[in-house]
Amino acid sequence: MKTTPQTTELLKLKFGESTITEQPTRDGMTTVWLPLDRLREVLAYLKAGIEHPYPLLFDITAIDERTRQRNPLQNHQPTSDFTLVYHLLSFDRNAFLRLKVALNGEFPTVPSITKLWSNANWYEREVFDMFGIRFDGHPFLRRLLMPETWQGNPLRKEHPARATEMGPFRLFDEKQDREQAALQFKPEEWGLLTQHDDADFMFLNIGPQHPGTHGVLRIILQLDGEDIVDAVPDIGFHHRGAEKMAERQSWHTYIPYTDRIDYLGGVNNNLAYLLSVEKLAGIEVPERAQVIRVMMCELFRIASHLVWYGTFAQDLGQLSPVFYMFSDREKIFDIVEAVCGGRMHPNWFRIGGVAQDLPNGWETLVRSFVDYFPKRLREYDAMVMRNSIFKARTVGIGIFTKEEAIEWGVTGPGLRACGMDWDFRKKQPYSGYEKFDFDIPVAHNGDCYDRAVVRVEEMRQSLRIIEQCLKHMPEGSYKADHPLATPPVKQRTMKDIETLITHFLGVSWGPVIPAGEAMSCIEATKGANSYYAISDGNTSPYRLRVRTPSFPHMQMVPYISKGYTVADLLSILGAMDYVLADIDR
Amino acid sequence: MQNDTLNHILITVGVLAGLLIVAPGLIWLERRLLALWQDRYGPNRAGPFGLMVVLADTLKLFFKEDWIPPFADKKVFVIAPAIVVITVLLSFVVIPFAPGVIVADLNIGLLFFLAMSSMGAYSIILGGWASNNKYALLGAMRGAAQLISYEVFMGLSLMGVVLMSGSFSLHKIVEAQQGMWFVVPQFLGFVIFLIAGIAETHRLPFDIPEAESELVAGFHSEYSGMKFGMFFVGEYLGVMLISCMVTCLFFGGWLGPGFLPPVVWFIIKMFAFIFLFILLRASLPRPRYDQLMEFGWKILLPLTLVNLMVTATWLLYHEQNSVGH
Repeated sequence: MKTTPQTTELLKLKFGESTITEQPTRDGMTTVWLPLDRLREVLAYLKAGIEHPYPLLFDITAIDERTRQRNPLQNHQPTSDFTLVYHLLSFDRNAFLRLKVALNGEFPTVPSITKLWSNANWYEREVFDMFGIRFDGHPFLRRLLMPETWQGNPLRKEHPARATEMGPFRLFDEKQDREQAALQFKPEEWGLLTQHDDADFMFLNIGPQHPGTHGVLRIILQLDGEDIVDAVPDIGFHHRGAEKMAERQSWHTYIPYTDRIDYLGGVNNNLAYLLSVEKLAGIEVPERAQVIRVMMCELFRIASHLVWYGTFAQDLGQLSPVFYMFSDREKIFDIVEAVCGGRMHPNWFRIGGVAQDLPNGWETLVRSFVDYFPKRLREYDAMVMRNSIFKARTVGIGIFTKEEAIEWGVTGPGLRACGMDWDFRKKQPYSGYEKFDFDIPVAHNGDCYDRAVVRVEEMRQSLRIIEQCLKHMPEGSYKADHPLATPPVKQRTMKDIETLITHFLGVSWGPVIPAGEAMSCIEATKGANSYYAISDGNTSPYRLRVRTPSFPHMQMVPYISKGYTVADLLSILGAMDYVLADIDR
Repeated sequence: MQNDTLNHILITVGVLAGLLIVAPGLIWLERRLLALWQDRYGPNRAGPFGLMVVLADTLKLFFKEDWIPPFADKKVFVIAPAIVVITVLLSFVVIPFAPGVIVADLNIGLLFFLAMSSMGAYSIILGGWASNNKYALLGAMRGAAQLISYEVFMGLSLMGVVLMSGSFSLHKIVEAQQGMWFVVPQFLGFVIFLIAGIAETHRLPFDIPEAESELVAGFHSEYSGMKFGMFFVGEYLGVMLISCMVTCLFFGGWLGPGFLPPVVWFIIKMFAFIFLFILLRASLPRPRYDQLMEFGWKILLPLTLVNLMVTATWLLYHEQNSVGH
């Protein structure tokens, strides 16, 4: 990150030395503390004013600092009750920027930046929902993930994390009535008008149970005939508190939870989480483990894209492709099963490497898939991509431009379909992706068809990467030789007592990850997935933020679906490739 | 005389029984064929080749709770599914399965068929309206628009056949194909009729009134039990009806080499088209509703009119020539 000093210097120059405080972090990302009253100004400057700006608002989150254990020697930050964290991304600089604001008080209020970035809307609502921090000037400050009737803010430290801490559940009649009343649909509460000059609108509830939504998602449509006037996604049905759970799992035992975030992406989630933990722990992953990780990630990328491909065709009424694609996905799962023992939820990467070495004969399995799959992809091209009805349903539908995509925080294939060749595997390589030879597929119209084109081509590129893994799999260890690599390698435990003790502690309590903070960012199957891990030197994360790609994508649905018909909405949703667990976490 | 009446009753009962046995049988056929084309097994457990799944499905439908939603318009809700079955069954009255095997050889047979299939549209509209459900309403709206538009081309596309045979009676139309099946001179008419026929039976790719991924189940979202079963059977009867019509109008009905009895030829041809219907469902996505309408009015209608005019001109020209000789 060679331009790092530049940003802080420019900020200091513009806003004064005293305004900007730098904080060193384990991931080396520029981290800057701001006073609350200058926040909007600084963000506006960073978005548009600064040379090589930061146009993409990557994430907004908060940290409840009230119970954090601080090491006075390493303390680089002001004392506060809450910290608000903004992550920005600059394409020109190829760098992230982390901005922090210290907040004091039980339920602090901060200015909203929804006017500055459209996608700040949902992020601020989420912080409001989870921490009770209010945003001044937010157009629609309501709970986002939790139900309206929920008491408390889950990510505050005083909020219980387990049902057993909450006392027995009782459903009194009044409570039931209250819950029922809250479910009544009133258009005004959702900011929707019931009529227009010449027509009454019809409200159509798509979901939470609907064959076209691929999960428990509700979209309220305001319809004029079959034309969409407005759409309001209602999310949170799949919310399981993945971030809260991290705070009471050990660093090691949290890995299986990550599998279930983007449940089609499998080990990609493991990788995103572990990269941040390994940065905190300072672990260098051996080359063989890196290549194994890359190979598994790419296999899962193909598996995920196959599910998208089939279900997208099915959303448009084509019944057969999904069966062919699922049987191909089974072939991938055969490999995954042979390697990991698991299928959709492999839980296979470990802090410092992977769980086990590859099984004997893995080459045969992977080789046969690499040989088999290209022919199938060609068949699918003929069946789906070149089908004229399929084209009629997708070409020119749900268009967004590069600028709009960045404004709304779109990453992954959606961004690449509007002509931006941004892929974290190339731009900020991790886990040794820089050693692989592959292309970034790009399309230019930004419609549903182009998003499909990009994904289909990505499968071919993934196959190329897998082939290179197959040819050049390095020898060596599958796990780092590091005291924090978990579980520790067992061979030596029977020989000396120190290793035995480390092993015992590492397995029973879990590893103690040094205090600090680190963020990872990977190109997951659906876009940029990143884990922002904060340790206060304990056996479990103090706070873990999961930034998923589907969340901002879903937020964009109302914006891109206005003016289209109900049938087009299904094309738009299908081409978006979201997973509900990836939205709600 | 006595014998004639008996014969007639036998034919009527035979046709009815045949239809009511084959239509549910198509459930099995469709599921097995789709499975074959989609690399899977389909129902293969109950009975030989899984044939008993038909019985299981029918029994299941009979024993399901026959529920009428409290918010529905009860009378209309009950009548709607009956209409589709009745109109489609009535259409079969004019179809000649073999020489003499016809329930009623009306001299306006073709018009009767068209009238009945128009009536069938009521079933969708009333069913969707009476359900008092938004998905059903949207489905019914789409269905109404689709059926009314495609009705137009369907009728017009057949006029070429009528001109060439000089009759509306299906019996006479089949007999007029002794020399050559009408599919050759009336190829355009055949294609348009087939497309309109798929739209009439609202099967994929034209299943827009149901459109599972958009409208859940469209106009029959609220139906369950045997009322849903009626829509279901009505759809399969519709598929058979269109297949029968195509066979009669363009593929020479029962005509065929003498080594098989005429009725067998008819059934073979009919099943060939049923297979085609299922193959289409297995392979094509669904266009959008406005695209379907556009296709109908902007492409099919002009083509139909051209077809009609060319046929008429050709016939007039030939007539004059033969008069001249």
